Amino acid sequence: MNPVISNGSALLEVEDLRVAFASGGREIRAVDGVSYTVEAGSTLAIIGESGSGKTVGCRAIMGLLPEGAAISGSARLRGTELIGLSDTQLRKHRGSDMAMVFQDPARSLNPTMRAGKQITEAIRTHRKVSRGDARDQAIELLRLVRIPAPERRFHEYPHQLSGGMRQRVVIAMALACRPKLLIADEATTALDVTTQAQIMELLLELQRDLDMALIFISHDLGLAASYADEVVVMYAGKIVEQAPAKRLFGTGGTVKMRYTRALLDAIPHLERPAHTDLPVVAGRPPDPSMLPVGCSFAPRCRSAADDCTAKAPALTEHAPGHRWACWHPCENGGPV
Amino acid sequence: MSPEASVPPEKAVPPEKAVPTEKTRDEKKPLLSARDLVQEFVAREAGGARGGVVQAVSGVSFDIMPGETLGIVGETGSGKSTLARAVLQAPRPKSGSVVFRGQELTRLHGHALLAARRDMQFVWQDPFGSLDPKWRVRSIIEEPLTAHSVGTRDSRRKRAEELLDLVGLDPARYAKRHPRELSGGQAQRVAIARAVALEPSLLICDEAVSSLDVLIQAQVLNLFERLRRELSLSYLFIAHDLALVKQVSDRVAVMYLGKFCEVGPGESVYKRPLHPYTRALLDSIPSTEPGAVRATATLRGEPPSPVNPPSGCRFRTRCPRAADRCAQEVPQPRELASGHVVACHFPLTEPDSAESGSEKVKTKTS
Repeated sequence: MNPVISNGSALLEVEDLRVAFASGGREIRAVDGVSYTVEAGSTLAIIGESGSGKTVGCRAIMGLLPEGAAISGSARLRGTELIGLSDTQLRKHRGSDMAMVFQDPARSLNPTMRAGKQITEAIRTHRKVSRGDARDQAIELLRLVRIPAPERRFHEYPHQLSGGMRQRVVIAMALACRPKLLIADEATTALDVTTQAQIMELLLELQRDLDMALIFISHDLGLAASYADEVVVMYAGKIVEQAPAKRLFGTGGTVKMRYTRALLDAIPHLERPAHTDLPVVAGRPPDPSMLPVGCSFAPRCRSAADDCTAKAPALTEHAPGHRWACWHPCENGGPV
Repeated sequence: MSPEASVPPEKAVPPEKAVPTEKTRDEKKPLLSARDLVQEFVAREAGGARGGVVQAVSGVSFDIMPGETLGIVGETGSGKSTLARAVLQAPRPKSGSVVFRGQELTRLHGHALLAARRDMQFVWQDPFGSLDPKWRVRSIIEEPLTAHSVGTRDSRRKRAEELLDLVGLDPARYAKRHPRELSGGQAQRVAIARAVALEPSLLICDEAVSSLDVLIQAQVLNLFERLRRELSLSYLFIAHDLALVKQVSDRVAVMYLGKFCEVGPGESVYKRPLHPYTRALLDSIPSTEPGAVRATATLRGEPPSPVNPPSGCRFRTRCPRAADRCAQEVPQPRELASGHVVACHFPLTEPDSAESGSEKVKTKTS
């Protein structure tokens, strides 16, 4: 627990992370050389479609992948290398230094156990505290995640709670040991828009109060624009664009990678008149066992030229803080 | 009720050309007309004891004109799915009336109801849940044609291929696949192809694109739009995503705890919301403008239980404008702008809407 700070103030440094699975004699490259850093107390959004590798990458860092996964590269949390640690060693970090919250709160909770008991269990797994103290801490956590009447909710079963309340309980469990890094994987996707706003605001408040870094994984660029400091866009296992949210979105935003642009354009928004066709890109993401030689997005990209299919563009920092991987980036962040 | 009711369904809708002429004749009459729909369920407590009545839908009325799309937005538990099912008579509403193409559905039974439903198809949220995993795509799409004995075996097969083509799936590649060999978006397209196989005049979509990735979602939304133009379909489009609903709808209804609190033309509802709840929903949408949501405090708390809804206005326990009158009197729908109806004692007027949008008015939370 005495981390050696390697360089800089970064809380999490991910370098050339790769995750591959073997399936039917073929290699599926789910995460294909991903690098990013998360500063202490900051918010990073990882955006991508299903199968883009956004969840697999974070699970690899948490040590939550099945045994068949081949993981290489590096992920250092406060200087401690996580990749290659045994499960017992990882368990010390998981829960205490870093925690993860998933999409479906119902599946993260034991339906036969009272909410409070599940939180005290999380506390007592990592710390030597008496039952009574753990109970007090659990009620404090329920209060922290803004659950009204925490003493009463402590004794309730998951089915007695609404979806938003359940997600709050799951967040309370994740916060039991005051982690320095919280990963929220589509944590608000299943919730109503009003509840989603409440949970996102809660996460940001907790982040400020506990000086915690937050990675949230989502398919929703709107969420990233509204709540993140930094945004990473993934496609077919690779980061295709990364920049501060302020640089990418809003008036004067400069999106460069054409895939990010396509994602942004495909979102229905209130200013668009009804019954107009949304700009779409045809096709589907490539089969991760048969990735093309060139840019993975080239087969679907309207601006693709010969060089795109010949050689994959590297993710390069073209402007301060703004990295993108595209041979023919959008000019002035304009349309595809 | 109407003379068409007695005509055998196979002949009532001749293929292709007859459909538009029939629609022009009905131009001014609503395609679907629901009045005072009420749906209630008995809630069971532990051990099956009777635990009160869930007032899922409480007196909802609306019309859908031919070729029109009515969108319904609301939170989980607002009763929007129950309302869709009440329209389909599955299960039947407790009271109220549903008139579809001149027929009172609540009084139809057996074959007559099945025949009427033929013109009213639906697409649910989970495409895999609504496609039989053992069937091939072609058989899935042919099934409604077979069930209603439309055409011959060969013509049905041909029609299934046309429909696959219509939803943008290559018949040569997809007709023989099983649902498990399809992606979520493809499976949803198959569900849509099946839904339009009988050329319905109304398509009920309940969160039909909510589980899809944004690029696939855009493709399916464009497909809905194309079908609307080409088959002059009407839609009852239910979703919790306001921007999505606005994108496809002519008129939008906002539902809260079993009642419509605001109905109006899409643009009008979004640009000049009259109900505080609509305002709160709009404020909760994450926008691609950085930090846009953070400035505004969103709606506090959660909807109360539909077992024992608040007296008077059902939204009052979360409403920043609630006053004594809201607890005593049920607000009646009032048309405050052209076609824009609101059920609120203190609707948002122009100068106030900015103020309440930033939630400076701090009054009660439950």
